[in-house]
Amino acid sequence: MSIRKDRLLAIILISPSVLAIAIFVYGFIAWTARAAVSAWEGLLPDYTFVGFSNFATLLRDPRFRIDMRNTAIFTCLFLGACLSIGLILAILLDQRARGEGLFRNIYLFPMAISFIVTGVVWRWLLNPATAVERLSGINLLFHQAGLDFLISKWYTHPKLGIAAIVIPATWQMSGFTMALYLAGVRSIPDELREAARVDGASELQIYRHIVLPMLKAVTLSAVIILGHISLKIFDLVMAITQEGGQGYSADVPALNMWYTTFRALRFARGSAIAIVILLTIAVLTVPYLLYTMRTEVER
Amino acid sequence: MKRRVTRSILYVLLIAAAMFYLMPIYVLLVTSFKSFQEVNLATMWRLPSGIYVDNFAAAFEKLAPNLYNSLSLSVTATILSAILGSLNGYVLSKWKFRGSDLLFTTMLFGMFIPYQSILIPLVRFMQTIGLYGKLWGLVLVHVIYSIPITTLIFRNYYASVPTEMVEAAHIDGAGLLGIYRYVMLPLAIPSFVVVIIWQFTSIWNEFLFAVTLTSPSFWPVTVALQNLAGSQIVEWNVQMAGAFLAALPTLLIYVFLGRFFLRGLMAGALKG
Repeated sequence: MSIRKDRLLAIILISPSVLAIAIFVYGFIAWTARAAVSAWEGLLPDYTFVGFSNFATLLRDPRFRIDMRNTAIFTCLFLGACLSIGLILAILLDQRARGEGLFRNIYLFPMAISFIVTGVVWRWLLNPATAVERLSGINLLFHQAGLDFLISKWYTHPKLGIAAIVIPATWQMSGFTMALYLAGVRSIPDELREAARVDGASELQIYRHIVLPMLKAVTLSAVIILGHISLKIFDLVMAITQEGGQGYSADVPALNMWYTTFRALRFARGSAIAIVILLTIAVLTVPYLLYTMRTEVER
Repeated sequence: MKRRVTRSILYVLLIAAAMFYLMPIYVLLVTSFKSFQEVNLATMWRLPSGIYVDNFAAAFEKLAPNLYNSLSLSVTATILSAILGSLNGYVLSKWKFRGSDLLFTTMLFGMFIPYQSILIPLVRFMQTIGLYGKLWGLVLVHVIYSIPITTLIFRNYYASVPTEMVEAAHIDGAGLLGIYRYVMLPLAIPSFVVVIIWQFTSIWNEFLFAVTLTSPSFWPVTVALQNLAGSQIVEWNVQMAGAFLAALPTLLIYVFLGRFFLRGLMAGALKG
């Protein structure tokens, strides 16, 4: 076969995929954006143009305001917890402890399990019942250890309900952060640390002045990955709280979007929430992706 | 002496962390293996008096059809997306044409969008083509939205295969498909392992598409489990046993093929 025929065949081979991405990613985002400025409520689409009124309504909606506040709290706490626990565990494992492989596997295994599965278990661990005879899960542990003052209403707490979700989310993702950091620590040449040791630096100083500064790139990728997860978190919140806790104490935009669209059938408003989620994630990831893809494609 | 103290502190910390990560699994296991008689929220943390399978039997009876749905969904979608990704990766690394790098970048963006932003059109589309509610519809959706990640993994792998090998095969008379079949495919086995493990795990664990696009008879196990957990009728111990059954396949993959899993993880961490 001639090379020209092969070149044509190459293009034919990838065109279904290209077409699929064009329609299912770009086309559908445009469609959602169109629905977000429409009057579509109920099962039949209604594309009457209503400008940005759906977004304006969202901004005034108490539930959506709680969602935005919850997302902000969740993202900060989740990032802080994952990064610090991940870094500490990576440094601990870097001390050539015996059984390092085993510990690493234990810290990382939650990543392999679905948020729905872990949600079922955490729902019972974070059981919000506070009456002594109905205590269970972690509250029961606190009670049996005589630490009754720690007993909490978890995800049903009116102000800090969302913070309770940070615990299972961190449980699931901090091991992954540890793996990222450990790979980063291990990529630092031993000679560098050895040289510092010869110069009389203490282990603490070595971490402070050599290891940590070299982990900046890892931290950046971790922030992007974890931030991406936290801004669209859905499964875990649904599995633990079903409909967002008490009075939306643990509600998030993705959960709101789903119930608004597929339960209340308010498609225009659901689309508007979806676009807000897309934009918040884009602000975080697009600059980073443009930068990494340039280097990726150049390879 | 000082060294022994710091070593002890190190192990205390490592073990304390391990206990935190194992705590939910501990509760899951002790609850699942209790008999119906000894299940009680007040004794949640206690070990079972023996090994009983009451809870597993009850959970399996409820979830068996869904476990089967998940299995056929994950296997089919994984195989299809691995084949598609390997062809795309091959073309985009060894048969570059003008604009192919830009095309690749444009495709990759599909990996980073939150799926909420395409969900409503997707439902409408599936209704139009008559696949809404069916398992085949969900297979199609997983194959399509996996194109970016599978293409990325294979493209990066094929890019590391020396172009001389392709040229040599070409001189020997092999065409595009011959080179793929006899040169690239055998070389790409490690990538297939990474992609298959990654795809199987993420499709098995997926929830958003499944809950939105399937009807009850085609529910994968994640949706069925969520429904079980939401009902007031099913006891919490059966829910726990069900959770264990749903987690088992991907847990086994992690235990036995963990290092491949990790490689997929690094590549796919940003997906959807």
